Amino acid sequence: MPVVNIEVSETPLVLYALRRADDALILGHRLSEWCGHAPMLEEDMALSNIALDLIGQARELYTYAAKAEGKDNDEDKLAYLRDVRQYRNLLLLEQPNGDFAQTLVRQFFYSAFADLYWRAMMTSRDTTLAAIAAKSEKESAYHLRHSSEWIIRLGDGTDESHARAQAAIDHLWAFTGEMFAVDDGERALIHADIAVDPGTLRGRWLTTLSEVIGEAMLKLPQNDWMQQGGRVGRHSEHLGHLLSELQSIQRTFPGQTW
Amino acid sequence: MYTQALNTAETDDRGLEDAAKAAQFQTRIDAEERIEPNDWMPAAYRKTLTRQISQHAHSEIVGMLPEGNWITRAPSLRRKAALLAKVQDECGHGLYLYAAAETLGTSREELVDAMLAGKAKYSSIFNYPTLTWADIGTIGWLVDGAAIMNQIPLCRCSYGPYARAMIRVCKEESFHQRQGYEIMLTLCRGSDEQKAMAQDALNRWWWPVLMMFGPPDATSQHSDTSTKWKIKRFSNDELRQKFVDATVPQAQYLGLTIPDPGMIQDADGHWRYSEIDWTEFKQVLAGNGPCNRDRMAARRKAHDEGAWVREAAASYAAKRAQRRTAQAAE
Repeated sequence: MPVVNIEVSETPLVLYALRRADDALILGHRLSEWCGHAPMLEEDMALSNIALDLIGQARELYTYAAKAEGKDNDEDKLAYLRDVRQYRNLLLLEQPNGDFAQTLVRQFFYSAFADLYWRAMMTSRDTTLAAIAAKSEKESAYHLRHSSEWIIRLGDGTDESHARAQAAIDHLWAFTGEMFAVDDGERALIHADIAVDPGTLRGRWLTTLSEVIGEAMLKLPQNDWMQQGGRVGRHSEHLGHLLSELQSIQRTFPGQTW
Repeated sequence: MYTQALNTAETDDRGLEDAAKAAQFQTRIDAEERIEPNDWMPAAYRKTLTRQISQHAHSEIVGMLPEGNWITRAPSLRRKAALLAKVQDECGHGLYLYAAAETLGTSREELVDAMLAGKAKYSSIFNYPTLTWADIGTIGWLVDGAAIMNQIPLCRCSYGPYARAMIRVCKEESFHQRQGYEIMLTLCRGSDEQKAMAQDALNRWWWPVLMMFGPPDATSQHSDTSTKWKIKRFSNDELRQKFVDATVPQAQYLGLTIPDPGMIQDADGHWRYSEIDWTEFKQVLAGNGPCNRDRMAARRKAHDEGAWVREAAASYAAKRAQRRTAQAAE
């Protein structure tokens, strides 16, 4: 039996939930790659914990996307049976772990955004999304604290850690613009008070970044060029490899219960 | 669990110590009193326990690798979350046990260095590869099942911090075991392909799991002191038999065949298993198991590549302390 990708009717609400679910799953996957290989046992625990939070968020958001779509899909079909071009996550989150600095800078950029974003989403008129936001906000506040503390330790640690943290910031900066972009479908949800406009959060996000990065004695890049494409399925080459691993059992043994 | 290599207790050097203190110590042990970190204890007791607890900790940490091998490939999001949480638990056990070992006076860094240098052992079972998803079910069912069998008596170990650690660890292991069995049950109720996958995993893990309990009593010469000190409460063969007796009905319920055609149930209801290949066990302990080199390489790589992070954290902490002192002086 050939394994075909599922089809998803991406109404604005379905697409909205899928994008956030994919964000959570892909970043959770990346963090889970550290499990057993982190620089210290405490970080094996911490990174796994964050990954677990994110996988939990992904499951709720996929389930909601499936419900909003109202067809035969479920959390596992959405996670395991869509290909690269159907994935809607931010490019930032699929970037490889690199060294510990790259992982933590990626986490910091995202958590500083997610914390603001989910807090704002708690007032969504969509009660399911508001509930998911309330839970996610509590988690992302911890994720932000964890990554901020590490940015400061690395920036103000040794010459080597400083250089690595700065290199990670410079490398990942171009992937941050996408967090604040909105398309027409999402604009309609924003007008209906179902979603919030991420663009309005950018100022506060920059303030968080400046405070932490300043204390860490690091610098934000001046470069304003931003990569885009994740939200519409134009990804980096990295995502295909991630998905081939994530989906391998479902693709090898189609249609079975695990 | 994972305490098999402990059967190499120290030679008894209590003769060099205060005989009266030693006698008093033994009286406390015999009265089932708990020994606490600040209590007097024979040097050999300290050394034996340090080795046993640290080997146990190393096993938890190395044990993260074979199961971690499937986190990114778990077949559903529910399974993924459960496996990740489980491997995280193992890490927590490792940390908890290193802390218990530290109460005996050796630092975590020294203990870890000994493991990375190949001087300290970890359980032989983790030197086998996880090849399919069924291996994750089998490890939960059998490896954690064997661990529980080993660890339940350790909850009454004479050394307080170890005994208390084991109570918590056992609770989590028991959850892991049920989770593993549930994976097996799902596979065995699934397609022919899935059932074959489950049987294949059982075939590969059965004998290595029996070896987890350590060498047979007849050849194990070092348990006497550990028994006398109430670190060890049951012999290797006793625990192995208990495990086999508990496991056979579970395999039958799954509809799986234990890969031991010679196994029979005796008049007392015990399942008598065939001769274990102790040559394989010795080879694995000597570093020649299928994954010994990979496991050590992975732990060393994580340690080496993480060195700059640990240095950064230490350097930052030192700078911060310095700034505080300077501020206080102003």
